[in-house]
Amino acid sequence: MLAYTARRIVYVVPIVISVALVCFLLVHITPGDPLVAVLPADASQELAAQLRAAYGFDRPLPVQFGLWLLRALHGDLGNSIATGRPVLAEVMRAVGNTVTLAIAAAVIGFTMGILLGLIAGYFRETWIDKVATSFAIAGVSVPHYWLGMLLVIIFSVQLNWLPAVGAGPSGSNSWAWDWAHLKYLVLPAITTSVIPMGIVTRTVRALTGDILSQDFVEALRAKGLRETGVFRHVIKNAAPTALAVMGLQLGYMLGGSILIETVFSWPGSGFLLNSAIFQRDLPLLQGTILILALFFVFLNLLVDIAQAAIDPRIKRG
Amino acid sequence: MSELPLSATADAALQAAPATKARGYWATVGRRIMRDRVSMACALVLLLIFLSAILAPWLGLEDPYKGSMIRRLRHIGTTGYPLGTDELGRDMLARLIYGGRLSLVIGILPVILAFCIGTSLGIVAGYVGGKLNTAIMRTVDVFYAFPSVLLAIAISGALGAGILNSIVALTIVFVPQITRVAESVTTGVRNMDFVEAARASGAGAFTIMRVHILGNVLGAIFVYATSLISVSMILAAGLSFLGLGTKPPEPEWGLMLNTLRTAIYVNPWVAALPGAMIFAVSICFNLLSDGLRSAMDIRN
Repeated sequence: MLAYTARRIVYVVPIVISVALVCFLLVHITPGDPLVAVLPADASQELAAQLRAAYGFDRPLPVQFGLWLLRALHGDLGNSIATGRPVLAEVMRAVGNTVTLAIAAAVIGFTMGILLGLIAGYFRETWIDKVATSFAIAGVSVPHYWLGMLLVIIFSVQLNWLPAVGAGPSGSNSWAWDWAHLKYLVLPAITTSVIPMGIVTRTVRALTGDILSQDFVEALRAKGLRETGVFRHVIKNAAPTALAVMGLQLGYMLGGSILIETVFSWPGSGFLLNSAIFQRDLPLLQGTILILALFFVFLNLLVDIAQAAIDPRIKRG
Repeated sequence: MSELPLSATADAALQAAPATKARGYWATVGRRIMRDRVSMACALVLLLIFLSAILAPWLGLEDPYKGSMIRRLRHIGTTGYPLGTDELGRDMLARLIYGGRLSLVIGILPVILAFCIGTSLGIVAGYVGGKLNTAIMRTVDVFYAFPSVLLAIAISGALGAGILNSIVALTIVFVPQITRVAESVTTGVRNMDFVEAARASGAGAFTIMRVHILGNVLGAIFVYATSLISVSMILAAGLSFLGLGTKPPEPEWGLMLNTLRTAIYVNPWVAALPGAMIFAVSICFNLLSDGLRSAMDIRN
């Protein structure tokens, strides 16, 4: 287990460096001068040259990348052009809200997905299966930003039960686990949960169907095991793959929350990314993407290790 | 003459062949999918949406660009405006149908481009192997380290708003996914006997890839690519929804959804219409892709 973990961690190093390289290059594929957002429109040539030197834009690209990576390793991702505050602090504050949203959505989506998947897989080819599968397909096909709008229309505009936008009564960034705050979380969390719900349902359904058609299940039943006992075997065999899919989905929710956060004005990392794009705040854009991608890489690492811990076949493979 | 009985059986086999009506693989798949009611319903819906988008100028619709301040945000069912009007008083029915032109192109084109690029890269990586395989597949791994929504938004955010940039961004998102599938099916085929036979009879690498590999892996890659269209439609409209794709006043479903967001307190159901179009196209492609997958799985 230790050897596998070590091997897996070593494998992550080149990925992390390449991810950093992609984030670094993103700024350099942008059309126009990266200084355009800081530079006043009537700036003189000398001022432009001075700033270019100050930001290091006058050096060759590989050198710039090396210096940027070195600073990033020390937790310095530069300062936001719009606010002047350090990028890392800005991103970390926003990521907290995104994590809250993703975890709430994961609880809803994974519970629903596992339940629907198990039921659909168990009652395969019956009407129950058809209903559950339809739910799953609708979940993966729905444009979630539109679903968010629909929920706002129904529960905020028509029924006036839940707030439409924001993350708290005072519009502040301080999150608390009380009803006054939680009711702001309900609609975005349900909206975020539909895609993982659909994907987990499909995965668990396929796994359950496959496992139930295997010979050992027949043998268990022949020996007189009750259906609840058979179910325990199904869950044990489906767990590693289901866990991997859920881990990946959690990563997608953390990294892909921009559309939902925009619909609900949820002050998370996606919302930050959105404002970074439209204010041409390149250091902030670069930093947010880097941190979100690193979250995703490390979540994948954790899932792989957890999967190997519960399924001994993986380590040998 | 020992040859005679052999050629006699061969002749008999040739004459027997038309009688058993050995249908080709694709003909069988086609017949199976024609019998699938869900797939056919989806194909019909898609056909209607595509045809109306293509034929939009000849359908006698209102001008999708012409607004009027006195008839803004009419409700669904207003005489003359069956689906109401938008926030600038433009006819919603016309805008939804014209909107299909751009929405379908920016949703589907990236998958087609990625299908061509990814299939080529994957087959070359899988067939040639070695260092080239490592180079291609490790690059693919890097793109897998980003959630696809984040990658799409990061690239089009960096390139700036625009239809072309959004198509480029989505193509970059899908190329690695298709390459991975193409590579894995190619490695499964490359050591089979018929490839070996082609190599032994002196066929060059390019010929083998084009003639022997491509025909055998294209089906699997194609099914995978069709399943990406649904995601691509949602993402392409999503980029426009964020303001990274189409620019006003162009009718496009994602952008329409965005500009109508301010109207949800006045006329919520008109505001929700463009999303329903995205949903319809996306779910139809998903169901059709599922139908195609099970129709191609002949062994079951």
